[in-house]
Amino acid sequence: MLLGEEDHFNEEGEFVINIGPQHPSTHGVLRLKVWLDGETIKKVEPHLGYIHRSIEKMSESFSYRQFGYITSRMDYLSAHMNNQACALVVEKALQVEVPARAQVIRIILCELSRLSSHLLWFASAGLDLGGVTPFFYAFREREAINSIMEETCGARLTQNFMVPGGIITDLQPDFQKRIKEVLKQFKDNYHEYNEILIGNVIFQNRMKDVGVLTREDAIALGCTGPVARASGLSCDIRKHYPYDGYEKIQFDEVILTGGDSWARCEVRMAEMLQSVHIIEQLIDNIPEGDIVAKTKNVIKLPKGEFYQRVETARGELGVYIVSDGGSTPYRCKYRSPNFSNLMAIPHISKGHKIGDLIAIMATIDLIIPDIDR
Amino acid sequence: MCEIHKLKMTNEELKNSFAQIFPAVTFDETGEFLTAFIPSEALLPVMKELRSKKELYFDYLFCLTCVDWKDHLMMVYFLNSKTHNHTIVVKAKITDTINPKIESVYDIWKTAELNEDEIFDLFGVNFLNHPNLRRIFLEDDWVGYPLRKNYVDEHMIEL
Amino acid sequence: MGLKDKLEFPGQVHETPDGGFMITKLDDVINWARSNSMWPLAFGTSCCAIEMMHTVNAKYDWSRFGFEVMRATPRQADLIIVSGTIVMKMAPVLKRLYDQMPEPRYVIAMGACTISGGPFFYNTYSVVKGIDHIIPVDVFVPGCPPRPEALLHSMIALQEKIKNDAYFRKQVDKK
Repeated sequence: MLLGEEDHFNEEGEFVINIGPQHPSTHGVLRLKVWLDGETIKKVEPHLGYIHRSIEKMSESFSYRQFGYITSRMDYLSAHMNNQACALVVEKALQVEVPARAQVIRIILCELSRLSSHLLWFASAGLDLGGVTPFFYAFREREAINSIMEETCGARLTQNFMVPGGIITDLQPDFQKRIKEVLKQFKDNYHEYNEILIGNVIFQNRMKDVGVLTREDAIALGCTGPVARASGLSCDIRKHYPYDGYEKIQFDEVILTGGDSWARCEVRMAEMLQSVHIIEQLIDNIPEGDIVAKTKNVIKLPKGEFYQRVETARGELGVYIVSDGGSTPYRCKYRSPNFSNLMAIPHISKGHKIGDLIAIMATIDLIIPDIDR
Repeated sequence: MCEIHKLKMTNEELKNSFAQIFPAVTFDETGEFLTAFIPSEALLPVMKELRSKKELYFDYLFCLTCVDWKDHLMMVYFLNSKTHNHTIVVKAKITDTINPKIESVYDIWKTAELNEDEIFDLFGVNFLNHPNLRRIFLEDDWVGYPLRKNYVDEHMIEL
Repeated sequence: MGLKDKLEFPGQVHETPDGGFMITKLDDVINWARSNSMWPLAFGTSCCAIEMMHTVNAKYDWSRFGFEVMRATPRQADLIIVSGTIVMKMAPVLKRLYDQMPEPRYVIAMGACTISGGPFFYNTYSVVKGIDHIIPVDVFVPGCPPRPEALLHSMIALQEKIKNDAYFRKQVDKK
């Protein structure tokens, strides 16, 4: 056999199965090897690399203007945040001041893509547990956001909008009007999300007390983002290490203490509203001025090491650049949020039934290309 | 939440506490974080102290990677304390590039498990006492370690 | 020829007092039925899969063209839309999935990565540079990722191809 050459039953009588790499509920090509006793999970071992595209190696041969572009294919639902991290690390090394207009536009677009990313989580969480309708509800709003992205950035999904020093192009004339329409549409429909999926008794029973991650484990496993915040760990980079003017903005870091799948759902639902709240503060106050700071045509970073982290929709993304003074990175490492969050799955799914593993995977909300890079 | 920043140590205090654990340490303060250089043999006892000492309490390993400097490999550990909110970078130099090996820190931080697998896969560093060292990204029969600077792949098309 | 004509039943209707009969070719009928009831495999590796999900959804709605039954197992699917990069480790899995699909089977290569490796063409050690190294491809869709309209266009192109195929006759000739 190609996958799992060993006999299905091992000496202890445990049944070993593979979930993935092609499996409709793994959101990509994650392969989990699961040891079962009857239907109870004894052990889970993740096998990765089915979409390992050698992004870190490629970055070593790209210039500092180019290397960010490939990151929008990493976590494609947080493409803006990934590009922003790459732009910020170059700005930090060159000590470039980003114009205020560019900062505000960056935050608006980042929060918009955080909203759209959480909507996709909502869609697929419903789908994984057998509810098809939430999928259509969430994609209605995603489609509206995507068309704004297309008008502003020229691409629906892999936007590549943030460049070192600012943003690549100015806004379209009716940007503000369209954003307001989308926010209104989202807020009018928000109660529907609660009614159709979150308030559903079956959904709640599948989620409550399943896959409990304690605060200590979240720290030890390096979990970040909504996964860690549902376990009571305050880890929002926007609050702790603010960048691009997040320190001037009013918003709450959503922290719950349940630690189970249900808490992770609630955190994401609340974060959607926080994103809307952030955009509403900024949308009428976009300052006039330049959109990009002047940088040299060929960017050369000073010799040294630079680390920059941003909060993507899934947690803390770190970009670690080692520069030898040349025009390309000597070493480029992405500390991806999904890679650390993945480690929670083997830990918290032990002792649960195999059906609950799907619910746990749905709430951890992994993007596999970001794990494999 | 509010008391996080109260116990935060300055770089000077961090240096003093670190020197108490391991006197032969050297520091570099040019970067964003305080960087401490230790030899790879001393890694495990030093890391254990960093994790358990009350005033340091580095409980969060947020980035673990390796850099190939051609004549040596440099392990880089980014440590943060979630209680005190101070950050330090610990670097351990591995001089043997043919057969590099270092102690695993899995017992101290569980997040190291897959991160060390990744470094084994892409740099070929052997982690001693690692629970399950394997190639996670590439096939088991892959030859060479792609992120090493001397890696050659005749199928690769250079830009 | 508009869309409406394409979807019409192939053949000539001859009316008689008690109903009517129809003259057509068996190949045409079978191809008409096949092309309007494609069952794609739920397969996605990366970014293009999200655009594929958008194509499923209400705004683009590929069920208008008879594609709506997404199958989770390759044994029930007759179309695989390869949406996303295929790397060396995934290549045998993709081949195996393709082999498990019943004949006649079709492949749509969605996105630049599946055509040539796309953005991952240079300086990469693990990406397969075009899935036609592994499985035969019927329709290529360029884009990174392609718009949903482009995917719909590729599906209509595939339907054209199926309609002009003499699959049934070839099977008879073999025997």
